[in-house]
Amino acid sequence: MTDLTSLTLAEARKGLAAKTFTSLELTDAHLSAIEAARALNAFILETPDQARAMAREADIKIGKGDGGPLAGIPLGIKDLFATRGVRTTACSKILGNFVPTYESTVTSQLWRDGAVMLGKLNNDEFAMGSSNETSCFGPVGNPWRREGSNTTLVPGGSSGGSASAVAALLCMGATATDTGGSIRQPAAFTATVGIKPTYGRCSRWGIVAFASSLDQAGPIARSVRDAAMLLRSMAGHDPKDTTSVDIAVPDYEAAIGKSVKGMRIGIPKEYRLDGMPAEIEKLWEAGAAWLRSAGAELVEVSLPHTKYALPAYYIVAPAEASSNLARYDGVRYGLREQGRNITELYENTRAEGFGAEVKRRVMIGTYVLSAGYYDAYYLRAQKVRTLIKKDFEDCFAKGVDAILTPATPSAAFGIGEKGGADPVEMYLNDIFTVTVNMAGLPGIAVPAGKDAQGLPLGLQLIGRPFDEETLFSLGEVIEQAAGRFTPERWW
Amino acid sequence: MSTATHKLLKGATGDWEMVIGMEIHAQVTSNSKLFSGAPTAFGGEPNSHVSLVDAAMPGMLPVINEQCVRQAVRTGLGLNAQINLRSVFDRKNYFYPDSPQGYQISQYKSPIVGEGEVEVELDGGRTATIGIERLHLEQDAGKLLHDQSPNMSYVDLNRCGVALMEIVSKPDIRDAEQAKAYVTKLRSILRYLGTCDGDMEKGSLRADVNVSVRKPGAPLGTRCEIKNMNSINFIGQAIEYEARRQIEILEDGGQIDQETRLYDPNKGETRSMRSKEEAHDYRYFPDPDLLPLEFSQSFVDELKAKLPELPDQKKMRFVADFGLSAYDASVLVAERESAVFYETVLDRLANRARDGKMAANWVINELFGRLNKEGRDITGSPVSAEQLAAIVDLIGEGTISGKIAKDLFEIVWQEGGDPRALVESRGMKQVTDLSAIENVVDDIIAANPDKVAQVKDKPQSLGWFVGQVMKSSGGKANPQSVNDLLKSKLGI
Repeated sequence: MTDLTSLTLAEARKGLAAKTFTSLELTDAHLSAIEAARALNAFILETPDQARAMAREADIKIGKGDGGPLAGIPLGIKDLFATRGVRTTACSKILGNFVPTYESTVTSQLWRDGAVMLGKLNNDEFAMGSSNETSCFGPVGNPWRREGSNTTLVPGGSSGGSASAVAALLCMGATATDTGGSIRQPAAFTATVGIKPTYGRCSRWGIVAFASSLDQAGPIARSVRDAAMLLRSMAGHDPKDTTSVDIAVPDYEAAIGKSVKGMRIGIPKEYRLDGMPAEIEKLWEAGAAWLRSAGAELVEVSLPHTKYALPAYYIVAPAEASSNLARYDGVRYGLREQGRNITELYENTRAEGFGAEVKRRVMIGTYVLSAGYYDAYYLRAQKVRTLIKKDFEDCFAKGVDAILTPATPSAAFGIGEKGGADPVEMYLNDIFTVTVNMAGLPGIAVPAGKDAQGLPLGLQLIGRPFDEETLFSLGEVIEQAAGRFTPERWW
Repeated sequence: MSTATHKLLKGATGDWEMVIGMEIHAQVTSNSKLFSGAPTAFGGEPNSHVSLVDAAMPGMLPVINEQCVRQAVRTGLGLNAQINLRSVFDRKNYFYPDSPQGYQISQYKSPIVGEGEVEVELDGGRTATIGIERLHLEQDAGKLLHDQSPNMSYVDLNRCGVALMEIVSKPDIRDAEQAKAYVTKLRSILRYLGTCDGDMEKGSLRADVNVSVRKPGAPLGTRCEIKNMNSINFIGQAIEYEARRQIEILEDGGQIDQETRLYDPNKGETRSMRSKEEAHDYRYFPDPDLLPLEFSQSFVDELKAKLPELPDQKKMRFVADFGLSAYDASVLVAERESAVFYETVLDRLANRARDGKMAANWVINELFGRLNKEGRDITGSPVSAEQLAAIVDLIGEGTISGKIAKDLFEIVWQEGGDPRALVESRGMKQVTDLSAIENVVDDIIAANPDKVAQVKDKPQSLGWFVGQVMKSSGGKANPQSVNDLLKSKLGI
């Protein structure tokens, strides 16, 4: 039954309910796939014993007819999510062999609904990166390669392990987090579906923090429907996270297949960048055409402060990160490098424990919050953020239901190809996605086509706050029109 | 703002004036910490009152404790201060092992409580009004234990995350007496409100004192901050020392370096802890884990309606209702427990309007006097409020004389018992029956003709007769009746 891994989550759910196969069989199929795909380095910790135990439990419940919405579905968990009794490192050396005594709210809701944990997934260190190259466990391979090339490409980041594992059929879905594009960009690079819900939709409790005002959890999945199913379990109000919002979680799956007729879709002119590859432009036009033929109305809109989003993001996010990462000091848990006094212990621990990109962002963040610079940088960036938010509000106020943009400015690139000399080259990957985090809005990336080298490309849909349903409806229209994309297995 | 004349310090070049401002850190009385559910109880094994949030484990988030918010608002109301319906928590970033997050959650630009004022009592019935700049909520830090190992320090996080109120005064304080009176008054208000236990020995109340000096009327001088004072007397001593130190430097032609200093109570001096240049850049910014703290005016109004009577109000009531002197009323209200004791006495009195003032005298003079002598406080008084009320009742209704009452008080203090029953069983009742004392009066008049002659010219010497009668009646005769009887018999 090797083809069990090629099912979508929705298909697997049917098979489990019909007892065509068991969760244990489904889980074993994925565990074998994981074992065979170690070259991708997507999983940094496999938990087969726990997976089988959870699968057996799910089978019993399914047998009794009281399995939850995700009963028996094997998932991968980004290493940013604290998992009780299972090593959690955020892919940073500084956390060492940290084993939490607690479970993140999002994952505990997945287990509540019957899902099975296969293991922990690779990501950029503390989710800082757009290629998964900053992980202390090494880079992740993208299951996609350029046609006729053996070059291993990045899966994007920071949720590179999640995207790679879902695309390579190692798990039926994965948790991910998105601070500036970390769900949507890797989804676009791997022909998977990724949704960053509205800020406050998912609890941040138990997720290693990068930038608290921007971080949001979401799923990466094999289809729009799968993403809707996963988000329903992940979302919800949590009294332990004051920034989570107390709004009922709708049945997102019900939005799939709902007519988009009469919806107004905005095409923001500011996203048409100079020197944007023609194939991205073409993809965008194709997406617009699909939505139009489904009955939506396409309108040009303006988001005038878009160009300030990336620079403002690279002030706000590092500022918060510099403070959030202060707790990794070698005193209570994780790595400790001794010193002759407490200052040396701090310096040695953090010098040894943090990678270069993390250090860079801690330095930037510390700088922009310093006395004398706060107003010029941090405060101004926050003002820009307000303006960006207002751009979207104005747009939605004019009756626009969602906004269509490319997900990334290019397809996946090779490991080591970008950002070596100039970190900004790497930061530009998030140019279409950061605005959404700055405004706290929901955004979904859906595979929409391939570039000339046969690499997947994605489109992004941005919605009103807490209107993920519209994104699922529209996303499925694109998915239906573009078809599904599966990589040739080379690993 | 000061309405009282204050002490100036004499220097070689003339008089100097002190300008003092204080930051008081008061631990909020609450069951759990400011942002976690861990208990706040004092004591306990090291690190036994620590939650995942307090230890800053990865992915943990703070959740505001509403009880602490209520306590801060109540305190603000008690300080007649502006309550801000919207305030913001900020992160104060610094590295130290007693601060696991690497930052303290505090309130920087938008505190929960704004400007207010406190009236303080000084010697000789003078008062001074000290302005409050602000009050904000923040987390306390943990404790480092340096004596557990020769080459390592240990960290105890039990106190880490406990809510503190930082109460910042305006630089309105002008001398050590005012400073001490200010802390005393603030402590009293907090204890009345039940928002802080005020226990300075346990560190529940600590003060940072900013001191500068100037020639009267001159612009403000450079200040030094004396950190972490936990005794009202030390605060007074430290201010005196610090002001003298600064005057000496200035009169020698030097200048004051803005710095943080510590007071050494053993040597009675302050010494430098760190200079302004060594001061941290705390990189304050709004804590993105917490939404701005917002509540409605009705939330404030509800707390206000349930506020207990505070010392100033109580004092005014005692003066108005029972005719107490302002000084006596101040003495009674200074400590919450004393006021409670006095009010319990009032509650038990048969005739409050008549005997309220007498009860105050008894509490202050007899009871406090005796307690002071034995170094005990009101909560350990062997004479209960009920017993004292009974004694006052017995005097007020004329059953015993004041003199007998003192003996009775002594018996109750030593042996306990119901005062009324004691008076009965030990025959201490005042004799008001004139026929019973008439014979005694007649005997004394007959035996002392010279005194009788004398009293006709000098009515003031009637006291001698009264004394004689009282003595031979064993103190039980009613002095007023004796007086009246003597006057009529002697014809004066």
